[in-house]
Amino acid sequence: MASVLNSSTPGEGATKVRAAAGREGDFTTISGRPIERLYTQQHLPGFDYATELGDPGAFPYTRGIHPSGYRGKLWTMRQFAGFGTPEETNQRYRELLAAGGTGLSVAFDLPTLMGRDPDHELSLGEVGKCGVSIASLADMERLFDGIPLADVTTSMTINSPAPMIFAMYLVVAEKQGADWQTLSGTIQNDILKEFIAQKEYIYPPRPSMRLITDIFGFCAKEVPKWNTISVSGYHIREAGATSLQELAFTLRDGIEYVQYGIDAGLDVDEFAPRISFFFNSHSDFFEEIAKFRAARRLWAEVMRDRFGAKDERSWKLRFHTQTAGVSLTAQQPYNNVVRTALQALAAVLGGTNSLHTNSLDEALALPTKEAVTIALRTQQIIAHESGVTHAVDPLGGSYFVEALTREMYDGARQYFDTIDRMGGMVAAIEHGFPQKEIAESSYQFQRAVEAKRKTIVGVNDFVIDDEPPFPILYIDDTASATQIGRLNALKASRDNAAVAGALARLRDTARADGNTMYPLLDCVRAYATVGEMCDALRQVWGEYEEVPIV
Amino acid sequence: MNRIRVVIAKPGLDGHDRGAKVIARALRDAGMEVIYTGLRQTPEMIVASALQEDADVIGLSILSGAHNHICPKVLDLLREKGLDDVVVLVGGIIPDVDIPKLEAIGVKGVFLPGTPMQEIVEFIQREVRPRVETA
Repeated sequence: MASVLNSSTPGEGATKVRAAAGREGDFTTISGRPIERLYTQQHLPGFDYATELGDPGAFPYTRGIHPSGYRGKLWTMRQFAGFGTPEETNQRYRELLAAGGTGLSVAFDLPTLMGRDPDHELSLGEVGKCGVSIASLADMERLFDGIPLADVTTSMTINSPAPMIFAMYLVVAEKQGADWQTLSGTIQNDILKEFIAQKEYIYPPRPSMRLITDIFGFCAKEVPKWNTISVSGYHIREAGATSLQELAFTLRDGIEYVQYGIDAGLDVDEFAPRISFFFNSHSDFFEEIAKFRAARRLWAEVMRDRFGAKDERSWKLRFHTQTAGVSLTAQQPYNNVVRTALQALAAVLGGTNSLHTNSLDEALALPTKEAVTIALRTQQIIAHESGVTHAVDPLGGSYFVEALTREMYDGARQYFDTIDRMGGMVAAIEHGFPQKEIAESSYQFQRAVEAKRKTIVGVNDFVIDDEPPFPILYIDDTASATQIGRLNALKASRDNAAVAGALARLRDTARADGNTMYPLLDCVRAYATVGEMCDALRQVWGEYEEVPIV
Repeated sequence: MNRIRVVIAKPGLDGHDRGAKVIARALRDAGMEVIYTGLRQTPEMIVASALQEDADVIGLSILSGAHNHICPKVLDLLREKGLDDVVVLVGGIIPDVDIPKLEAIGVKGVFLPGTPMQEIVEFIQREVRPRVETA
């Protein structure tokens, strides 16, 4: 131990002492943040428990939004699924519900996510591949056939066409006789992170923001228990952002949505409690825990102090977490179970409210049933065997964790100031600011891996040359022909004059300033397709084209 | 000395462009002339870029599973335009069983997750350098 302490003393024999201390190394996080050898109370000057932490369930919620932590309620184990035709995915949902699940999470295919029908030129080869294909209300009826929407909560990962898909969900509920006032679930509906990272945008930023505030206003009145947005850092991180950039850009996106809601004439406490968040849990254990804790404090302060929210529910940051898909390796895939377990543990120690654990084969393909089961079991082992759920915020008070939490908090505040000076997040995106920051971080990380300053087990160290073949789920192209056939049949059988009339009313509303959700519901009831509804708004607002930033 | 000219393209609907952008920068840092097309390129658009830019190499980044549809179209169009000598590479998530199929239609290299950037740089230099130097 003495030699370790001496290693920080320069002078004669320092090299030898350092060697004795063990490893030459790069003691930085995966995001490049330097970490000191030892943390003490000297790293927390002026630390004030009430201001920086508060008890669990009390402002600023650094230690959690529930006084009883996971004793009251475990996090929701919500596994994202969808592939092929609506019937195939419906079958998977029925199995999940039969196994005791109460929450569904829908993955849509790329044509649906981009507002294109299955027969569009750009849909070639993509129908039903990365998720389920939904082209019209008829598909949505097949997807939820035999599933009572009054009794389940459904999360839908949909962004640009969120209003169209949400309208379809509401009409299916209506046809089942379910009451919109009690309906519960989430739409991702976060367009800013699409411009920043995932790139599934359709319209330019400003009309896209209007669709979102239309949903805020519509839901406050018609579907009050629905989570209207899931402000997402996950994709920002996957695109290469650091942990701090993920935190800062995500919360600054949240600030932008609240500001636009207020500017649209809504009362902050009317819509803010329905805003939720979605973070990534990456491989650097303590940095991630610090990120989650700092996020809660930042949001609480922003909502109370910047926006003057009075309702405590507006102050509480609720979030879903997914382990880092980008950290999974195609090499030695079983190692991914261990990576995912550590990332999931960080999310739980950071107080996540909901969690998706990735499957071990996801660097290779969509997961097999067996791989998905291991991913779910990973959460169950953390929840029921590890004992980490007994005490609330068990790392609270650790010199290291509190110092890191403070660094994340301060760093995010600096980014907020920078983006505020640019005129907000929409303006920052138009300037390419977050896009440039992420591209730079992603390239620097890749260089660190190539130079072996960062080790990825099985990829740039501990490599096996002749790996045995690994069985994957192979999705064929049959869904495409089925979905195109159905689309043609639908267009031949529906009342096309009614569709044209509803689409015309949608365009009129988009040109004026009414709420677009009402005409969209009428389009859906007339069986207009996702592509037709999105095209109607493309005609009014045009399409966004980014200037690629390399 | 002529620089190797590379078109990096993202075909299809997928917007996950991290890999395409990192590779574009790595090839540029290795002294190549790199044109990144941006997102949502049809095979026609990609081949038109290759023609216009006088590309030696086309790098297609595909993670969505649409490679069996996109790659044959790109290679057919290249042949139609008399650009048979352009080296076509694919990077992304490609199931093992599909790799021989892609190679059979003329894809010169398939690079899977975890491939070092340097390996791709050297591959391109090996495949293209002699041609550029004798041009």
